[in-house]
Amino acid sequence: MSDNQTKEPGSATLILSMVLAGLISGVAIIGVFEATLPTITLNKAKELREAVFKVLPGVSKMQKLRFANGRLQVVEDNKVGEDVIYAGYDAEGKFIGYAVPSEGPGFQDTISLLYGYLPDQRKMVGMEILDSRETPGLGDKIFKDLEFVANFKDLSVDPTIVAVKKGKKAKPNEIDAITGATISSKAVVRIMNVARERWEKRLPPPGNEPELKL
Amino acid sequence: MKQKELDGYQEFVKGIWRENPVFVQVLGMCPMLAVTNSAMNAVVMGVATFFVLVASSFMISSLQHWIPRQVRISLYIVIIATFVTLADYTILATLPAAHKQLGAFIPLIVVNCMILGRQEAFASRFPVKYAVLDAVGMAGGFLFAMLALGSVREILGTGTLFDIPLFGKGFEPWVTMILPPGGFLTLGLILLFFNWVTKKRGEFLQQVATEREGL
Repeated sequence: MSDNQTKEPGSATLILSMVLAGLISGVAIIGVFEATLPTITLNKAKELREAVFKVLPGVSKMQKLRFANGRLQVVEDNKVGEDVIYAGYDAEGKFIGYAVPSEGPGFQDTISLLYGYLPDQRKMVGMEILDSRETPGLGDKIFKDLEFVANFKDLSVDPTIVAVKKGKKAKPNEIDAITGATISSKAVVRIMNVARERWEKRLPPPGNEPELKL
Repeated sequence: MKQKELDGYQEFVKGIWRENPVFVQVLGMCPMLAVTNSAMNAVVMGVATFFVLVASSFMISSLQHWIPRQVRISLYIVIIATFVTLADYTILATLPAAHKQLGAFIPLIVVNCMILGRQEAFASRFPVKYAVLDAVGMAGGFLFAMLALGSVREILGTGTLFDIPLFGKGFEPWVTMILPPGGFLTLGLILLFFNWVTKKRGEFLQQVATEREGL
């Protein structure tokens, strides 16, 4: 039994006990971080691959490209960023389209998404939300509401994508916004337009896409 | 240290109902209101809290004679935060979808006052066996409360339970229920029910006692 109640421990004891606790805790956290890191990275990579195949119908092979020094280069690292784009190819290695990742502010937090783009037809063929913290039940319809997601299955990108009130969609570049989640819907559109503008000048003319490197 | 008579079963059971951390002690309100918008989220949060509470109660009860009183709260927090981080990474690795939904709320288990409260009020004063039983009971009560709130809100707010649709297409979801006001509303009604039950029970016991006296 300790006699902590009666005897006052010295400062050294107090500091030592805190340091010791911090040390043990630090080691435990490093341990679990190291142990789970491979799984977490793998999960993320798998999620991204699946998303690429989802937003680009007919694609069975993909490679990662980075825009550097004025041209697209095939890369194989795990780094992400605004210079990264994914190219999708069919089983014979013929180029189909790009999967463009982009992120920006949503209603609550950053929304990050991926969309499939066919440069020869200048249209979008799919959209997948990778990460978002939109309001459950309202804002999260940007990926839960299949009608909204279907908006992006055949969407012209010229001159720019526009979100209109639900049911008012008339032109090929318009999408129906979600009732009750206008801000989230508009955020998705804005994030796409930003990415579209960013890549407009960077992408090579249709037909000159990088070959699939095996 | 003088110890009161402990009964393992009582220490376990009290957390589930009589001293339920949510319905009676009204602790841990932040996760209670924030992540109970669906039953699944509520369960993942409840299980993570369960792990953290039981593990830290075990740890703190085992170490109670080595923890200097003057720095005990800081040490409790260090221990709790460590277990929360372990839980956080484990969920991220095994249930990435659930982690995406709960996001910022898992690290916030550290500041769940129910956990720190149990350490200060119970685990640091009583033997390990009872501390663990108390933690299991309290965490079980918390999980039960989370599940109750999460189920009610999901059923009314989206018409599903654990993502299984319960009603036909004609069901119009009561969206308010999955938004913050729905959390307050449901919690208030459940608390009302709990207090009513407690009051009725007290009245009943008193009635029994007076009748016995009359005999």
